[in-house]
Amino acid sequence: MASLQALTALGARGPAVVEIGPLRITERADLALASVAARRGRFTDLAAAAQSAGVPLPEAAGYQAGAPYSAFWTAPDMWFVEAPFASHELIAGLLKAALGDAASVTEQTDAWVAFDLAAADLTPLLERLCNVDFRSVPKGYATRTVMEHLGVYLVKLDQGAVRLYGPRSSAQSLLHALEVAAASVW
Amino acid sequence: MIIHHPILGPRDAQEFVYLGDASLIDRPDGMTAGIEAFHDYLYQRSNPAGEHRELWYHEQGDRSWLVVTRNTVTHEITKVELARDVARAKGRSK
Repeated sequence: MASLQALTALGARGPAVVEIGPLRITERADLALASVAARRGRFTDLAAAAQSAGVPLPEAAGYQAGAPYSAFWTAPDMWFVEAPFASHELIAGLLKAALGDAASVTEQTDAWVAFDLAAADLTPLLERLCNVDFRSVPKGYATRTVMEHLGVYLVKLDQGAVRLYGPRSSAQSLLHALEVAAASVW
Repeated sequence: MIIHHPILGPRDAQEFVYLGDASLIDRPDGMTAGIEAFHDYLYQRSNPAGEHRELWYHEQGDRSWLVVTRNTVTHEITKVELARDVARAKGRSK
């Protein structure tokens, strides 16, 4: 049998780490991702199943961390759920088994690239990249926005910690945009 | 222009895509309404100087369709609703 080795979104064997001044960009290849959408009229069933399975379903524009499942809101009655890749590589199947027919679950892991951004304050970087009022939105804020013409999900973990999900096929372009903006800040 | 999204609050209009007149929700039944009604639905639009109800899609946001009531002269937006709620209130959506 062929011995296959997965490549990251940037085409490398391992995740990229880029440091620009005080900014550290870490590619996260260790996250599994799936979308969960409540079927019509079944939200209460889904909420009950999610609670017993330990899957958070945060309010609109929210992110809720948990173990193993964290989640952020993406649309009315829809969430993205993330978990460690090592233990939850088959996240869609696991969620489907846990949530039953109250939800529609779609595998998302290989559709996205995840970057964790870390610096003392990310506001000057993000105000150059997108129209989110990063300084004023609370911790645990999650939204879809546009960076360099790419639709991305931005999760504010803290003033100096952000997780970005961008389209995997444009991973290099998104990273480049981050690097260019960072070079103009620092 | 800022659109006050009913769920997400004020959002820049550049996140949205404009579709057109919200009367698109009122599609006639093609089997019974007759070709004239369908022709009017497809091609006839009023072009008011004043209040206009129109469909906007939050493409770079939560992907919801909105019905925005906007004054085409002043660009003042007086009402924003989820198109889902509007359609269901009319019995259009299941």
